[in-house]
Amino acid sequence: MKNQNLYNYILGIADNSLILGQRMGELCGHGPSLETDIACTNISLDLFGQVRSYFQYAAKIAGDGRTEDDIAMLRKERDYKNVLLVEQPNTNFAYTLGRQFLFDVYHLAFLKELQKSTDLTLSAIANKCVKEVSYHERFSSDWIKRLGDGTAESKAKMQDAINDLWTYTDELFHQTEADKAMVEEGFGVDVTRLKEAYYTEINQVLEEATLTIPESKYFQKGGKEGIHTEHLGYLLAELQYMQRAYPNMEW
Amino acid sequence: MSEEQIRSLERQFDERIARDEKIEPKDWMPEKYRKTHIRQMSQHAHSEIVGMLPEGNWISRAPSLRRKVALLAKVQDEAGHGLYLYSATETLGISREEMYEQLHTGKAKYSSIFNYPTISWADMGAVGWLVDGAAIINQVPLCNTSYGPYARAMIRVCKEESFHQRQGFEIMMKLANGSPEQKDMAQDALNRWWWPSLMMLGPTDAESIHTEQSMKWKLKRKSNDDLRQQFIDQTVPQAELIGLTIPDPDLKWNEERQSYDFGEINWDEFWQVVKGHGPMNKHRMKARVGAWEEGAWVRDAAMAHAEKKQERKQKEAV
Ligand SMILES: [Fe+2]
Ligand SMILES: [Fe+2]
Ligand SMILES: [Fe+2]
Repeated sequence: MKNQNLYNYILGIADNSLILGQRMGELCGHGPSLETDIACTNISLDLFGQVRSYFQYAAKIAGDGRTEDDIAMLRKERDYKNVLLVEQPNTNFAYTLGRQFLFDVYHLAFLKELQKSTDLTLSAIANKCVKEVSYHERFSSDWIKRLGDGTAESKAKMQDAINDLWTYTDELFHQTEADKAMVEEGFGVDVTRLKEAYYTEINQVLEEATLTIPESKYFQKGGKEGIHTEHLGYLLAELQYMQRAYPNMEW
Repeated sequence: MSEEQIRSLERQFDERIARDEKIEPKDWMPEKYRKTHIRQMSQHAHSEIVGMLPEGNWISRAPSLRRKVALLAKVQDEAGHGLYLYSATETLGISREEMYEQLHTGKAKYSSIFNYPTISWADMGAVGWLVDGAAIINQVPLCNTSYGPYARAMIRVCKEESFHQRQGFEIMMKLANGSPEQKDMAQDALNRWWWPSLMMLGPTDAESIHTEQSMKWKLKRKSNDDLRQQFIDQTVPQAELIGLTIPDPDLKWNEERQSYDFGEINWDEFWQVVKGHGPMNKHRMKARVGAWEEGAWVRDAAMAHAEKKQERKQKEAV
């Protein structure tokens, strides 16, 4: 492939939306209220819409006949490049919203930079996504405040979720080889430069939510290199089921 | 109010409906009208919400991204239908919590069709095509029903249901024109969903209660058997078009009636499911009650936060 780095770069972005979209989709019909159910499904819908744009572009770059669905559903576990954060399960609503919030703040900052990409397709996709993701970020940070400031029970649950998920935040700012190459070419976003503003904003919301900012300095990483938590395999088993059980068919 | 006055109010009320005027929430209405509407509308709302479960079952396994997005959007539409139907029902003086309570305790019913399992991808096609198809036949007449909020909700709902029906048919068509395995999957889904879909239009007229009163209030315009015939006449040619076989050996075009004759419906099965003993009744209720109970702390937190916010605002104002 001529543009291997660009291809990998796109997958690195899109896999986050794919895996998080899949997680949010699992909740459809099971939310704590109709309104939150609809909102979570909306986030899932937005993310899958983004995934389609990215993978259609990646398929074009690959130019080997693979489709968006082949790319989304027919890779091996080690070839998924999403961060560990987004594959974490829907343990309860606090985890779901905590995961969403910790990702959204990053995602929005990332897209705002990607809008400036000299790759016109990527910047066009980013332009479209920024609107959707600003809404996600508002939704999730509002809920962090609501649950943190709500009852003693909700505060404890929200704090547990943030404490547990915190360990996955640092990975967002790791650079892969594809990242570095793309930054050099002016296509990509230098994620290391998003880190400071990220924690400032996260801390501000957590404070407003009367939650404690975790102090742990021990972080997990590996997703971007395809070394995932045990959760991802099960998620992929469902995501890929039809494509694996009925190969080479149209739906 | 004297009995005389009530009778006169009732007479005026009936005349308004006969003139095709809409009854609005603030208007006087007979208690029976209110109760009947609460029952039917909340049952309809519950059906939308419980109906999310069998289709939600395939979101994580949809075979392509395009299908996944369409399915998510469809199930989300059903949540939206539930939302406006609950709001429309609330105008009759019952809260959403009370309605949920009735659903969770089994006091309120929902459409029995959702007590069947969705065991293959083709079921997403069959449900859209047949179940949303039968729902439209039931609901289009309700766009002109006498209670304003219900009629308006139905206009919006029906538009989306026709879209769902077409989408479901398109899933089936793709499968029917696909590989032999896909075609078998489609036929199998039609075999399993055909009879329950016919049952969805309600018991035969001989066994159906409330019909006369409902006709007068325009809650019903055609009998169950007429609706069922309409559904069959509309659906059989669609199945033929994509080369699938309706699983009814007695199905035959009747030249004289210009309609299809069809085989005996297994009403024992219908009543078994209605009474709570279908394949998925317990499972569906467990999922609904589970979501509600697990969500309690979230709803409590949202309320507590809103109150605190209000208090802070008042303090600032002082
Ligand atoms: Fe409906
Ligand atoms: Fe609906
Ligand atoms: Fe529908």
